Amino acid sequence: MHRRQFLTTATAGASILVFPAVLRAQSKDPVRIGFPLPLTGTFAAIAADMQRGAQLAMEELNAKGGVMGRKVDVMFRDDELKPAVGAQRTKELIENQKVDFVVGGLAAHVQMAINEQTKAAGRLYISVSQSDEISAKPDTSPLTFHEALNPTITSRTIATFGTKELGKKWWIVYADYAFGKQNTAVFAAIAPKLGATLLGSTPYPLGKPEFSAHLPKIQAAKPDVIYAVTPGADNVPFLKQAISFGLKKEAKIIVPLHFLDYVKEGGAEVWQDIFGATHFCHELAETLPQAKRYVEAYTKKFNRPPDAYSGYGYSGIMEVARGVELAKSTDSNTVANALRKNREYDHYKGKQWWRACDNKSFQDLWILKVRSPQQVKGEWGFFDVVGKVAANEELDRTCAEKGLA
Amino acid sequence: MLDIPLQALAAQAFTGLVLGGIFVLMAIGLSLIFGLMTVVNFAHGSFYMLGAYVAFSLMGVTKSFWAALVLAPLVVGALGFLVERFLIRRLYGRSPDDPLLLTFGLSLAMVEGAKLVWGKIGLTVDPPRQLAAAVNLGFMNFPVYRLFVIAVTAAVLVSLWLFLEKTSVGLVIRAGSRDALMVRALGVDLNRIWLLVFGIGIAMAGLAGVLAGPMRGVYAEMGVEIIIDSFVIVVVGGMGSLAGAIVAGLVMGEIVSLTTFFAPRLAELIIFIVMAIVLLVRPSGLFGEAGLAE
Repeated sequence: MHRRQFLTTATAGASILVFPAVLRAQSKDPVRIGFPLPLTGTFAAIAADMQRGAQLAMEELNAKGGVMGRKVDVMFRDDELKPAVGAQRTKELIENQKVDFVVGGLAAHVQMAINEQTKAAGRLYISVSQSDEISAKPDTSPLTFHEALNPTITSRTIATFGTKELGKKWWIVYADYAFGKQNTAVFAAIAPKLGATLLGSTPYPLGKPEFSAHLPKIQAAKPDVIYAVTPGADNVPFLKQAISFGLKKEAKIIVPLHFLDYVKEGGAEVWQDIFGATHFCHELAETLPQAKRYVEAYTKKFNRPPDAYSGYGYSGIMEVARGVELAKSTDSNTVANALRKNREYDHYKGKQWWRACDNKSFQDLWILKVRSPQQVKGEWGFFDVVGKVAANEELDRTCAEKGLA
Repeated sequence: MLDIPLQALAAQAFTGLVLGGIFVLMAIGLSLIFGLMTVVNFAHGSFYMLGAYVAFSLMGVTKSFWAALVLAPLVVGALGFLVERFLIRRLYGRSPDDPLLLTFGLSLAMVEGAKLVWGKIGLTVDPPRQLAAAVNLGFMNFPVYRLFVIAVTAAVLVSLWLFLEKTSVGLVIRAGSRDALMVRALGVDLNRIWLLVFGIGIAMAGLAGVLAGPMRGVYAEMGVEIIIDSFVIVVVGGMGSLAGAIVAGLVMGEIVSLTTFFAPRLAELIIFIVMAIVLLVRPSGLFGEAGLAE
């Protein structure tokens, strides 16, 4: 009896000890978020900034005890700016690392590839860079969310501002991939309504920044404004070549989006007086308390102010966390429904909201102008914020135009 | 009406000359190495990339573009010596695939190595102050730096021609490319000649990289892009033919530039179309000798 009693007690005791431990271990498993992004290639600098934003979000969440008491674990993978690699990394993240959600993708064509994988696996995906297709039929899905601006919103804003302030005759130089083509198409569509003329447009292969063969033709056309859709690391070589051919003196130059890192790399002398749009810049800290908090936290951690795309990375992770807390679940469909039901959020720069039909985020954007070398404030103060365009669903295509009515 | 297109075409043709200049510097090195050693040097683009990076670092140290322009090709050429002496030399007499695979692997390692040393994010290099302006050529404003690139290319080509035609070492190189066995039999140490030729070819790729840096920026993948174009030019010119490399390089520069004017989307594709046509008409290239590439 004595021995049997001991065994029973011991077994019972052990199971009490062991079983809750198993339960606890399961519920304490981290919430895993996969994050593919192009850490190598033309967009490497932007990707590095986006990664820092996402990292900051993860650490802030974990410092407050995570989500639903579970740690948040963001797993970054290099997609090399190649759709095939993006798809492969996403598949590995879902199948091997068992990620619950995916945030990331930087470049329209890689986002599409990631989105195919997340759709197939039934995972919520918050896409964090520009694309028109990602929030439209046939690419979008109830699990596909789009945190970033898109070419429609950007180019309508640029065209409206530029036609009014800079001139009526335009030439577009654009990288020959989704982002470049979409911006060009959007501009061409809206130009007649604004009284602007598109004299011509020049495609070049993304990541091959040799523009000299294009420049004489542009020069001969004598445009008032050159719209340089030369993203990422192509920006600075384009400007330098345009300047060396004397084009900056003959025409105004405008870019769809400004990036602190590329302006700093090229310097104020190259970038002076060039206009562009953005959804965020660290100068907003001077007027917006939310931006001030974000810029201070980022600067403290990384010893430099944030560039624009860190905000997308930060907000993307924060939205997953908010959705999980709201849904009290890590099931992708439940989280997606919770986000659509509670569509307003404000993580770093003011109110944003998800549009129910296409899961597209609407947010304020700003027009920036680069200061002259004498006006640059300190090491990083390159931008003058010259205008604000308030968040507005009418800037984007309607749900019907996206095939979602 | 006609004068504007003519002006624009002249501008386009002149721009093509600079593209062609870089092509020629790359293709000559490739052709020289292939002609003499039958080594298809896949790492040539990576040495071009290395030239640009080394020049960037040397400019940081010496604060002088001119010092970097002279020293960077020498540094890269010295590295070429080491690669020939300790890697490629072991593969002579084996299948031509072996050095091809070796240099292919080397090129991948160099791209990743450059990322480790100089970072994944591209760098920008400024042309020297004296060359930063644009000059009015009558039909267009043209950057002085690009004129300088044309001048350097021409100077290098003339020097190389004098070296090959007028010096005794040049004579041995030309003889060695015709019949290595015979030259050996005459008591010439061809190992040293091959070392020299490989070094010269690599240094020219390095020089092309230094010159391209201030025009296009410096990034790890820059060599991967140009190596394909360079091979096409060598094939079109005729494998191993220096005259072919020069003519094909300049012609391709012009073709790319003019295609960009009329049909920008075709500019990427056009050199392959030209290659296909040339190979159909003259299978050994414009200046190639039949059988050399076999």
